[in-house]
Amino acid sequence: MSVIVLLLIASIIVASLFLAAFIWSVKNGQFDDEASAPLRMLFDDKPLNKEEK
Amino acid sequence: MSRKENAVSVQCYHCGEDCSDKSIHAHEKEFCCEGCKMVYEILNQNGLCDYYSISKNPGINQRIKIRENKFSFLDDENIQQSLIVFKDDNQTHISFYLPQMHCSSCLWLLENLHQLNENVISCKVNFTRKEADIIFNHRSVSMRQIAEMLTAIGYEPYISLSDAKKAKPKLNRSKIYKLGIAGFCFANIMLLSFPEYLGIDAKEQNLIDVFRYLSLILSLPVFFYSSSEFYISAWKSLKHGFLNIDAPIVLAVMVTFGRSVYQVLTATGSGYFDSMSGIVFFMLIGRVLQDKTYEQLSFERDYTSYFPIAVTRVKDEKEETAALPDIKLNDTLLIHNQELIPADGILTRGKAVIDYSFVTGESLPVEKEMGEIVYAGGKQIGSNIEILVVKEVAQSYLTKLWNREEIKQNIKDEERSFVHLLAKYFTWIVLFLSITSATYWYFHDIHKMWGAATAVLIVACPCALLLSNTFTNGNILRILGRKHLYLRNAQTIEDIANINYIVFDKTGTLTTGRYNEINYDGMPLNKDLKRKIAALTSQSTHPMSKAIAAWTNESSRIKVVAFEEFAGKGIEGIVDGELITLGSKSYVTGGHAERDVESSVYISVEGTVLGKFSFRNQYRAHIPALIKTLQKNYQLAVLSGDNAGEKDFLQELLGFDAHILFHQKPEDKLDAIKTLQQKGKKVMMIGDGLNDAGALKQADVGIAVTENSNNFTPASDAILEAKELPQLFKFIQLCKDNKKVVMSAFIVSIVYNIIGNYYAVQGMLSPMHAAILMPCSTISILLITFGFSNLSAWRMKLK
Repeated sequence: MSVIVLLLIASIIVASLFLAAFIWSVKNGQFDDEASAPLRMLFDDKPLNKEEK
Repeated sequence: MSRKENAVSVQCYHCGEDCSDKSIHAHEKEFCCEGCKMVYEILNQNGLCDYYSISKNPGINQRIKIRENKFSFLDDENIQQSLIVFKDDNQTHISFYLPQMHCSSCLWLLENLHQLNENVISCKVNFTRKEADIIFNHRSVSMRQIAEMLTAIGYEPYISLSDAKKAKPKLNRSKIYKLGIAGFCFANIMLLSFPEYLGIDAKEQNLIDVFRYLSLILSLPVFFYSSSEFYISAWKSLKHGFLNIDAPIVLAVMVTFGRSVYQVLTATGSGYFDSMSGIVFFMLIGRVLQDKTYEQLSFERDYTSYFPIAVTRVKDEKEETAALPDIKLNDTLLIHNQELIPADGILTRGKAVIDYSFVTGESLPVEKEMGEIVYAGGKQIGSNIEILVVKEVAQSYLTKLWNREEIKQNIKDEERSFVHLLAKYFTWIVLFLSITSATYWYFHDIHKMWGAATAVLIVACPCALLLSNTFTNGNILRILGRKHLYLRNAQTIEDIANINYIVFDKTGTLTTGRYNEINYDGMPLNKDLKRKIAALTSQSTHPMSKAIAAWTNESSRIKVVAFEEFAGKGIEGIVDGELITLGSKSYVTGGHAERDVESSVYISVEGTVLGKFSFRNQYRAHIPALIKTLQKNYQLAVLSGDNAGEKDFLQELLGFDAHILFHQKPEDKLDAIKTLQQKGKKVMMIGDGLNDAGALKQADVGIAVTENSNNFTPASDAILEAKELPQLFKFIQLCKDNKKVVMSAFIVSIVYNIIGNYYAVQGMLSPMHAAILMPCSTISILLITFGFSNLSAWRMKLK
């Protein structure tokens, strides 16, 4: 039985971490501009890096 | 003509504009103009040509040149201060609004700004708001240079007087936090409730207690934080003596929470924590969906975002930059081509040709001579002029309009929706049911009294109504937004559905505001004569002359002798030995001047009047078809600030009972709307210019029409892109369907309510019943609202 209590605590802690991550991301402004983020990730790195390779 | 047809169409490599007739060939690519070529060269030099591979022809056309020292005002310390967001020893943070931004290439290029200039530390783009947050090293580069660099690559920052006001409204994210926390608690409570629903061994009483108390703890943030959204709104409306939809919901949430806490503490049951947090969670989703409006568009713009932040002042023969609020009486201002006149003044130098179309609705630019008064808001076309300020900016004709009472007040009662009315009846019925069942049980089985009474309140909370309303509104807002009709808020949907009178502005709304159609009445003109007219008119810069020159479709190099231009009257000159006169009726025919009924230019050769050119506005495509459909259901009217030249045409178009008024000043328009409202009409005003601003605000629904939703639009309830205007009737229909969808979802939810109440009044509502009913009704409501609203959009081909 005590195992269940232990599991409960673990599960709620994990869930709380996700909640914290969510709150942090909202605070960080990640949901303010939904249009540019999906575009931004498609861009290659700077052309300079290509030359180095 | 044939040459054009044969040529393969060539697109400008930079901006994608068709440039088959005259393209510039450079770097093995075709460009439409020097400007585009230059941008390409800048990018090429800096190794930024990926710009062209992300989207096709991403550039912005550079044909219209921007005045060289346009941004010189950014050198001014005070103006800089008003724009800077943050500044320390090395860095300056600034945010520019770049309306030209439109594609992923733009985003890429702007975020690589540091490759163009090493002193730019970073540039972060907010695409929805079309803003770029730029951080630069102000020791080595000035703000003006940054603005000029942006302009050089085609992204001219738009800086207006409203930018000078500090403190942008902060984004309100509290609803998102509330939603996140409600979701977290709801999911965990749900999980903890399962054991009890599925049956747990009675021996494990300790475990049951753990689950119950954990649920109780998890429900606290939902009750105290997430639900505060509803408490605040309910309290506000109660203070105004009004029972809005949130009031019964708050009652239900409180009763549910109270009863659940009681049950857990007395160990008599597990409570309804899961249902409570679930319903709060779903209702918050609905609210967030519905309130997600278009933050990149501003519905509250006033004249400050139309006026420039600074102007050029001439002092002791020297030009200097002055911030607009600093302009005093008797200052002399230098107005460049395409610049706005910021204050009423007297023209002291140069020839003014002022485009007032946006301010007054007059479609033709007005010529002014030295000594005449020019009003603020007009745009100078042509050469530079100087004006002597006779009224300060805040006192000018245009700004005064904004200070009128009707425009200032912004109390639009948000609580006139039918939903609130419905909720009110609903609440009374629920209270009645609850009290009845309590009385019944009081006499039969007093132990069940409290249980039954509270269960009724729990089950019958009108959250279903709130859900169906918010979700449908949110969905309709999105459908309309995809079709480029952006509503200020959800209430506007209902307002649009209720209108019965539509008033149009003419210039810029029904018409494109440009003179494209010229009709010639009179004796036929032969090719030779046309050529002469072309020669004469090309001498003049007046827009009407230009239009006639274009109409003749001739280009000639015939010499014009003794050319003379009489402002406000006409032009004359001797072409090939013949005296040709073009101009107003009184000037050419010598007849007495009538009040301008239409825009026309008369022509005479050697004193014989040949005929006249009449100018017609070009109506937007499909306008007649739209009017025909609207006519069947609504009364229509046109209020125009322009002359009556189009009266017959419009009367025919709108029918003979339609009100069509011309020469309407902004106040006249506002008063006309007011009179209609006093007669009990629900008026929709559709306009575009500053002269419509008062009317737009006064009307029950004001829709601002614009070519580009990022341009300046006067304050309004909705912004519609001009190309979608023909769809107006469908938009109204969709808004009407909104109510039907909400109602049908509500009726379905009542069925669930009856089932729930069946158990509740008998005092048999177990947490498990509630836990099954709640998600069932929520899901069916979501299916109905999304399904039906999409279906009706699809039926109208708005999808």
